[in-house]
Amino acid sequence: MDTKRQYEVVFIVDPTTDEEVPKLTESFSQIVTDQGGVVTKAETMGKRQLAYEILHHKDGTFVLLEIEGSGREIAELERRMRVNDRVLRYITVRVDEDRRRAEKLKERRARKAAKRPSQGSSHPRRGAAMEFADAGE
Amino acid sequence: MSTNYDDRPRGGYDSDDDGDRRPMGGRGGGRRMHRRRVCRFCIDKVDLIDFKDVRLLQNYLPERGKILPRRISGNCATHQRMLAEAIKRARNIALLPYTTD
Repeated sequence: MDTKRQYEVVFIVDPTTDEEVPKLTESFSQIVTDQGGVVTKAETMGKRQLAYEILHHKDGTFVLLEIEGSGREIAELERRMRVNDRVLRYITVRVDEDRRRAEKLKERRARKAAKRPSQGSSHPRRGAAMEFADAGE
Repeated sequence: MSTNYDDRPRGGYDSDDDGDRRPMGGRGGGRRMHRRRVCRFCIDKVDLIDFKDVRLLQNYLPERGKILPRRISGNCATHQRMLAEAIKRARNIALLPYTTD
């Protein structure tokens, strides 16, 4: 299993300990690195109001981590976040499959768009042959 | 990728409501005429709906906080599925409400 998986992890930190957010993010990144993962992006989304109360908190600081790895580092990271009571909530989303799919769709669209202008609407399937003819002129 | 975490709605889902429905007037009937709506995401060629894009998702969340059905928004099945998934994720981390009263 050497295919790298990509994850997005968002966690909410108790805003009363706001100064510690960089430190906390750093320590979480360290955990991931120790487990063999790579943190490709660590971004603080800032303090924002929660849509509903979590443990009597009305707002929280959101942090986004983008991680690449096998999945083992996610297990460890989630365990740590669960234990840490400054983390109000976290969510992990695996994004590589969706991103690949999006890429594919984009490619297909690009191919279609490339075919269309070089050829009229009469024989859309023969786009390739017509392109060749155009090049000769 | 720069995502806007700001959540001011930019023009609701219903912003182009003018002329979509014929007034309900007249007797009996009461059947609404809808213009054929098209999927916004298809027009914009969206392949991926990000659950962190609160501003976008909020357009599909009326006051009550329920996900706007496809028969109203006109989304295609694929994009409605992606949208619903994104909204549910956003709800999970308190970016969006489950309910509002």
